[in-house]
Amino acid sequence: MNTYRFTFRDATLDFLPSGALHWPDEGLLCVSDLHLGRSERYARRAGALLPPYEARETLTRLQADIDATAATTVICLGDSFDDDAAAAGLDEPVALWIARLMAGRRWVWIEGNHDPGPVELGGTHRDALTLGPLTFRHIATADAVGEVSGHYHPKARIAGRARPCLLADRQRLILPAYGTYTGGLRSTDPALTALMAADARAVLTGPRPVPIPMPR
Amino acid sequence: MTALPPEIDSWFAAKGWHPHPHQLEMLARGGDPATLLVAPTGGGKTLAGFLPTLVELTENPRKGLHTLYISPLKALAADMRRNLTGPIAEMGLPIRVEDRSGDTTQARKKAQRADPPEILLTTPESLALLLSYEDAPRVFANLERVVVDEVHALAESKRGDQLMLCLARLQTLRPDLRRVGLSATVEDPPALSRFFMAGGCPVLTADPGPDPDIAMLTTTAPPPWSGGGAAYAIPDVLEEVKKHKTTLIFHNTRAQAEIFFHNLWLANDEGLPIGIHHGSLALDQRKKVEAAMVAGDLRAIVCTGTLDLGLDWGDVDLVVQVGAPKNVKRLVQRIGRANHRYNAPSRALLVPANRWEVIECQAALEAVLARDLDGDPRGPGPRDVLCQHILIAACSAPFDADALFAEVTRAGPYAALTRAQFDECLDFVATGGYALRAYDRWQRLKQRADGLWQLRDPRATQLIRMNIGTIQDTDTLKVRMRQNRKQLGEVEEGFAASLTPGDTFLIGGRIVRFESLKEMFVDVSHDRGRKPKIAVFAGSKFATSTQLSERILRLIHRVDLTALPAHTREWIGLQREVSHLPQAGRILVESFPHYGRAQTVIYGFAGRGAMQTLGLLLTRRMEEAGLGPLGFVATDYATLIWGLHPVEEPAFLFSRQDLVDALEGWLSENALMKRSFKAVANIAGLTPRNFPGTRASGRQATFSSAILYDTLRKYDPNHLLLDITREEAMRGLIDFGRIEEMLDRTDARVDHVITDRVTPFAAPLFLEAGRVPVEGAGREALIQAEAEALMREAGLA
Repeated sequence: MNTYRFTFRDATLDFLPSGALHWPDEGLLCVSDLHLGRSERYARRAGALLPPYEARETLTRLQADIDATAATTVICLGDSFDDDAAAAGLDEPVALWIARLMAGRRWVWIEGNHDPGPVELGGTHRDALTLGPLTFRHIATADAVGEVSGHYHPKARIAGRARPCLLADRQRLILPAYGTYTGGLRSTDPALTALMAADARAVLTGPRPVPIPMPR
Repeated sequence: MTALPPEIDSWFAAKGWHPHPHQLEMLARGGDPATLLVAPTGGGKTLAGFLPTLVELTENPRKGLHTLYISPLKALAADMRRNLTGPIAEMGLPIRVEDRSGDTTQARKKAQRADPPEILLTTPESLALLLSYEDAPRVFANLERVVVDEVHALAESKRGDQLMLCLARLQTLRPDLRRVGLSATVEDPPALSRFFMAGGCPVLTADPGPDPDIAMLTTTAPPPWSGGGAAYAIPDVLEEVKKHKTTLIFHNTRAQAEIFFHNLWLANDEGLPIGIHHGSLALDQRKKVEAAMVAGDLRAIVCTGTLDLGLDWGDVDLVVQVGAPKNVKRLVQRIGRANHRYNAPSRALLVPANRWEVIECQAALEAVLARDLDGDPRGPGPRDVLCQHILIAACSAPFDADALFAEVTRAGPYAALTRAQFDECLDFVATGGYALRAYDRWQRLKQRADGLWQLRDPRATQLIRMNIGTIQDTDTLKVRMRQNRKQLGEVEEGFAASLTPGDTFLIGGRIVRFESLKEMFVDVSHDRGRKPKIAVFAGSKFATSTQLSERILRLIHRVDLTALPAHTREWIGLQREVSHLPQAGRILVESFPHYGRAQTVIYGFAGRGAMQTLGLLLTRRMEEAGLGPLGFVATDYATLIWGLHPVEEPAFLFSRQDLVDALEGWLSENALMKRSFKAVANIAGLTPRNFPGTRASGRQATFSSAILYDTLRKYDPNHLLLDITREEAMRGLIDFGRIEEMLDRTDARVDHVITDRVTPFAAPLFLEAGRVPVEGAGREALIQAEAEALMREAGLA
């Protein structure tokens, strides 16, 4: 797999083409903003009936990343479900699939703004988790150091194509959304330019992750 | 002959006017269920359409909506209100006329529903919206007549299909409703009447008037080999403007109109008042130009298709068409804009932008004089529009599927719709129509115990009403001056994203400097004296029609070429000597080295879209054959492919089965397919464009329709929307029909000419813009290279 390897607060990390973050020394895989159940939530709220395949598509990619990295710990960085009702209403094949992925490894659900409550799928539920030099939480905080978060769905444009991306500076990482039906927020948005240091990089997802200076 | 009531008769007399024969004939047919009137521009069509209404309301005054007038342009509806209220007041008739469009205030709209005027002027979208309300049966309870203006234009887009569905709805509400269609000159009036009314209706053809006075502009400088700007002709066009009262200067794209206008200003030493008008300009800018035009303050207007329709532009005495007209019918309609008077010849000049267009212009003007119009037959009514119509029906009231199906097939475009197709659309609207039946609990439509279908959640009506319509704007951003926030117009989002601060571009004829992209605005400042980058507007690139392409092929084979200017005659002669002249019955392929690459030119004369698709298909075949194609460029006539190795024996490229197979494989990943899907998904209601709340927040909540497309292809490849998308792309952007037509006409007979240098006909292709790199590993390499450069520049590498 073509990964982008970099050092962050003394941890050696790999950013994967899919948008997942791998920490080989800890056997840890981190993904953010899966938004499982999004199509069901749209339908429930009398919106459009989207193709109901996004959970399988997301889980197919997650399964591939877990298999490729042989991760023993998986952290889902919040907004794993589009809302609490979506978590409760997962159809059976999807719920079973998640259970299979969770079996035999440590699994941490970080709370997000879409899914504040604990889910009934097992695993550990936390609002944040600190491991060595890194702290995992859903939404970035102003003065954090060594923080890994998600929430913003950052994306950046290069050569005329916008792609989801990782934002990285010396203090923090912001992961792209991993879920299939997730829009993105340009890295040029004030919400992101205010958070990230002037020398921040954006690493674009794609066949081979591509680092560029963060467009701002 | 029907006599006019005295009020109307004396009004005509007071004006010194006489009704045209076809106007009186329309009055005589006033009681017929449907009539299509075909008359040239300036033939008094609209009065012909309204005369029966005025007579009926004069003889039997009454309250309530009597006549609905529908035009494709908001401005036309408003203009019509002014044009009608004047005479109605002068005749002293007790008739209220109002217009209704997206620009009408909410309060006004409400009042119109509560107490409709006798004559309501509106657009297809506003009518669809009116029909989505529960009170539609009451609003239209007394409707007697519908007048549809510019039927020929509506028939070319999905707006027409939607309108025909709405007319079928109205006819259900009012079985005795009479309809009148007004159309400019078209190639096949009976076919248009079958669009207008299932089974067709009587056509009344007005006297087409005298032949137009049309010629190619003689210029001091010869046109360039390639390009579309026609800058070489500026001094000569300016001379013509001086000789005439008012000149309309038509262009095929907005970008070309902008550049031409800019150059015209630079050459306009006498400071003649000249304006510009196109669809990307801010509304008040356009209105200003329109007002100046009507007041006779302008000597010329540089414009695009936005001035093709309807509005009476006063004293236009010359039409200039810059660039090849591509399509004879549209040219005839444009020419009619000059001398907006019945039975007066229109004067028009064609300005070819390059050598190929000299030939095309000559072929087109011969076709105009022969009254030989072109046009492609319409396909069946698109099913995404039907899906939206089912949603609209559900908004207004619970419906019976059998009754709705029967009603839909009474609309011309859907006359051949099968029940199975209808049921598939209904299933899509109700359940999503997925192989995985995921939405049993959350269906959009539910069937009640009595068999009627209704919305599961009545709150859905708001979202549906906000998204009525079939017009697909590309995503655009407003351009405004940074200092005073004055809006100038719009540019495509993709173009805006490509700008860096300091870049300059043309908009509304002035050069502006890009400052920043804020929220939904492109902030710019004035900039003088620099060479602008060009705004990439959405302006459509038409393909040269089949009939016109045939004429061109016949023209170049003529023994006597004196109709063409000397420079073009010599060029054609040289091509005959060095290579072959392309023929209708054979595909000419030329191979020669140039720029260190193996060059292959295919003369297919199938129109730009098809030649572009052919480029994609052939480079794929060449890739498989190990020829290392690197890129291609397509025009209406030819495709030029460059690569590492020459094509030795081109016949293998044109096997129909191979092309079809390549198309199938290549379709899945194609950007054109995704673009078609986006429109289909919007119209069918899968991905609403507008959300309650602000536009920006709505946009952030959306995700790319390309993801939905990929997901569907992977998990549900037989889904209805993919089927609609394929059907549409084959006809539209991909235009595979024209490739098949080329294969039929040539039977894949190939003439292969191998030379050691560029041939005369191939030379312009090397200057053509719009080169397409062959996708794949190349794209990733490009991204990597640019990223590395950026990192180095930032000192991060």
